[in-house]
Amino acid sequence: MADSAMAVEPAHPVAQFEPVGEFTRRHLLDIESLTRAEIERVLHDTAAFKDVLTRSVKKLPTLQGRSVVNIFFESSTRTRTSFEVAAKRLSADVTNFTVATSAVAKGESLLDTAKTIRALGADYIVLRHASAGVPHLLAREMPDVSIINAGDGCHEHPTQALLDLYTMLEKLGRIEELTVAIVGDILHSRVARSNIWALTKLGAKVRVVGPRTLIPRLAASWGVEVHHDLTEGIRDADVVYLLRIQMERMTANLFPSIREYKFLYAITEHRLRHAKPHAIVMHPGPTNRGVEIDGAVADGPRSVIDAQVTNGIAARMAVFYLLSGARKEIGP
Amino acid sequence: MSRKLLVAGARVIDPASGLDAVADILVEDGRIVRVAPGQKAPDAERVDAAGLVAAPGLVDIHVHLREPGREDKETIFSGTQAAAAGGFTSICPMPNTNPICDSSTVVNYLRAVTERDGHVRVFPIAAVTRGQEGKEITEFGDLAHFGAVAFSDDGRPVANAEIMRRALEYTAMLGRPILNHAEIPELVADGVAHAGDRAARMGLRGVPAAAESACVARDIELAADTGGHVHICHVSTERACELIADAKARGVRVTAEATPHHLVLTDEMIEGFNTFARVAPPLRGEADRAALREALRSGVIDCVATDHAPHTEIEKELPFDQAPPGMIGLDFAFQLLYTELVETGFLPLPLLIDRMSRCAARVLGLEGGTLREGGPADIVLLDLSGETRIERRSVFSKSFNTPLRGRVLRSRVARTIVGGRTVFADGKIVSKAFA
Repeated sequence: MADSAMAVEPAHPVAQFEPVGEFTRRHLLDIESLTRAEIERVLHDTAAFKDVLTRSVKKLPTLQGRSVVNIFFESSTRTRTSFEVAAKRLSADVTNFTVATSAVAKGESLLDTAKTIRALGADYIVLRHASAGVPHLLAREMPDVSIINAGDGCHEHPTQALLDLYTMLEKLGRIEELTVAIVGDILHSRVARSNIWALTKLGAKVRVVGPRTLIPRLAASWGVEVHHDLTEGIRDADVVYLLRIQMERMTANLFPSIREYKFLYAITEHRLRHAKPHAIVMHPGPTNRGVEIDGAVADGPRSVIDAQVTNGIAARMAVFYLLSGARKEIGP
Repeated sequence: MSRKLLVAGARVIDPASGLDAVADILVEDGRIVRVAPGQKAPDAERVDAAGLVAAPGLVDIHVHLREPGREDKETIFSGTQAAAAGGFTSICPMPNTNPICDSSTVVNYLRAVTERDGHVRVFPIAAVTRGQEGKEITEFGDLAHFGAVAFSDDGRPVANAEIMRRALEYTAMLGRPILNHAEIPELVADGVAHAGDRAARMGLRGVPAAAESACVARDIELAADTGGHVHICHVSTERACELIADAKARGVRVTAEATPHHLVLTDEMIEGFNTFARVAPPLRGEADRAALREALRSGVIDCVATDHAPHTEIEKELPFDQAPPGMIGLDFAFQLLYTELVETGFLPLPLLIDRMSRCAARVLGLEGGTLREGGPADIVLLDLSGETRIERRSVFSKSFNTPLRGRVLRSRVARTIVGGRTVFADGKIVSKAFA
């Protein structure tokens, strides 16, 4: 895409990634198996699509005649809508397959549902499922459709990490050597996993911060620093990345109460002073205001939560585009 | 008229007597008459076994035959064919069928179907508690009278310590062990994989090693308290091996088994969310596997048991955390362990045969597992220079759920003889065992 009409301004932070690598994958299942060059390629193209989103005409013919089917076995208005907008900006036909009213509710197997959707002519399946590995299962059974993992259980949420890295790049100008503190329930977080793999591949220093019960025992072997003390964990961080705390973790006795969680781990303006002065605050949403994040922080000058949402569209456009497998003919 | 069979010229390995020499085995009316070289028996059917190993028929004290209830996965017919093909002559099905084997009615049903369909001997294991619900103990005496050789709620642990204590106390007078699937249910919870780095990376809920070792420790204490015999099913952790070794040294009546998959595989196999590698307890790490092998060699682990657990392809094509745990094993357990443990020099062949025959029979007090004169003529002939391919068409089990599909193993089962009758020879089922 570097040779296309929408070449990136040299001043743009992604310019550091040129020349960018090829991206020849059919599916986007996880970040862990991607190479640094592949991640950089997505970030590079995200920048180009971000520019499109700032134009008055925000639509490209890239995926005209292509069909995208969103299958969300877990409800998620935000992510589904982001994928839908991204696909429509690329002129794809988008269908939202609603699980609650489908044959799935009548006991149809997952694979049969997916095969039906393929038979209906889907070029892309955007999939969210409560079980880890379901995108891999589908990709194995139907290699001719591009499967995009929109979150599988506690495993990965690759497009979230891609949009997050792009946002860091946009706001801070680099990924390499950034100190990123991810705070909260690392154990059950697909967002944390995808971000850890992406950030460590690109040379960031990653810290995970939370109670022992919510951090994988061997997390230190992932090349991250483990902290249980918030102040230590976010000290001099460039990015404070907050995860949504799920109430069901409390009922499973993984932490005693919201009150105590807030006492130990909630981010307030006051606590944020331990991070670097220019530090940004990120959150994949939806936020629990007044729980893991104070309202004043969420709305404050350091919050880039809205930028994450906007960049999510650009990152997902880049993913659709790169998976299309015919980039040369249909480049924007 | 008596039926005679002469298995001639094999290298006979009989761990019970320590025999490992070329000899002939003379069989008459289903019993072994004489094991000696250079026998003449012109009136006997002669099986030329030169170049083969003749060993006691293998014994598997932990299988799932799915009949009655899930005949789409396996039946006594197909499961005993798989056993025959794998060189097993006696197998013990677990009671988690539908209906559950918790009454002599079901035991008698299994015996009747075995008479009709069985290709090897089938010794049923009955439930510890009615409906395997962990609440009320079954009629142990009645069940034992009609042929239940042991009691187990396999698939589920006996969670209630008091019920376990009473069951051990009661069954001790019957001379029958309790076979426990030793995992603390609350520690397993929704866990689907070994609680190690791989599960954490994959976002899968882990089963900690302590889920097993804590339950093994409890079972040992209860066996010591009651004088009952507890047998620990499918040991998977290093710590459980240590606990069992310690208890045996103290004279507690505890025995244990290990599966071929825990002895050979690690949680590496679940990569890519391979549901064929999902099993309970889960495939664990390198250190656990090494400890398990060592415990098998030393005798801390008494025997190998396959935990042959057939499931349909459709059930395994589910998300990892929804696919039923278990894998098949009867067809190729010996060949797998021969390849991985004997060919590599870790175990001598006679010891592997011992752990898969006599030692297994001894846990349950079964008659087989030796080539003693006067004993049942349950014999396996092994071709160590042959090979076994794990392929759909070569496996007799109705199901083909194994992460080992496609593997080529050293050795093959040349012939399986049950009570003097050849049931399997050279890749083909020859006969049923009784009908």
